[in-house]
Amino acid sequence: MADEANQEVSTPAPRPQGRPDRPDRGPGGPGGRDGGRKFFRRKKVCKFCVEKIDDINYKDVRLLGQFVAERGKIVPRRLTGVCTPHQRRLTAAIKRARNIALLPFAAR
Amino acid sequence: MQRVYEVMFIVRPDLIEEELDKLVTALQNTATGAGATVKNAEKMGRRRLAYDVKKFQEGQYVLFTLESDGKAIHELERRLRVTEPVIKFITVRTDEDQQRLEKVRKLRASRAKRPPVEAGAAESETPAVNA
Repeated sequence: MADEANQEVSTPAPRPQGRPDRPDRGPGGPGGRDGGRKFFRRKKVCKFCVEKIDDINYKDVRLLGQFVAERGKIVPRRLTGVCTPHQRRLTAAIKRARNIALLPFAAR
Repeated sequence: MQRVYEVMFIVRPDLIEEELDKLVTALQNTATGAGATVKNAEKMGRRRLAYDVKKFQEGQYVLFTLESDGKAIHELERRLRVTEPVIKFITVRTDEDQQRLEKVRKLRASRAKRPPVEAGAAESETPAVNA
């Protein structure tokens, strides 16, 4: 179980790409001055909102692959920062892609 | 009721190119025969499968875009099921998604037309609230 947790933390690679778009918003969100939070954490932003990707298509394996952990699991929103409506579409797309063997149900 | 569908299927990897072409045209004919119009038929090439399907690790993907009613799709699916070289297929209805996309695009276009001053003001507001 422990190794799984590690994988999922390391997988959300998409975030760094979304970040530089809004440097002015960086230090906001959690962290900052609210209470005992010591770690500085940048506010996560939804990749689909930032890059204006409207169509989350099941054929776009490269896009979907960014939101699938090593074992084939869908990475939760709280790790990737994807907003709820987009996560919903993303989940549907990933499941479709699994059905046609573009993505694995479970790896290894 | 005419709707837009995508039918994607995987053909076994050991089928040679000509046979695959033959199969694709045959399936296209089945679709048109059942009352569908094939808008696009695309061979997406060979791909490694994410998991084994009928003991194959590779497959040749083919994508059909059709405008048809449910009956024609049903017939095409039945045919895919009995066609031995086809190892997997999926049908997705896309017209609703397409409509949604158009709507979003239109909305975005109309927003972009408005004076950019407004958009700039709206964006600079957000961090101010945070601080």
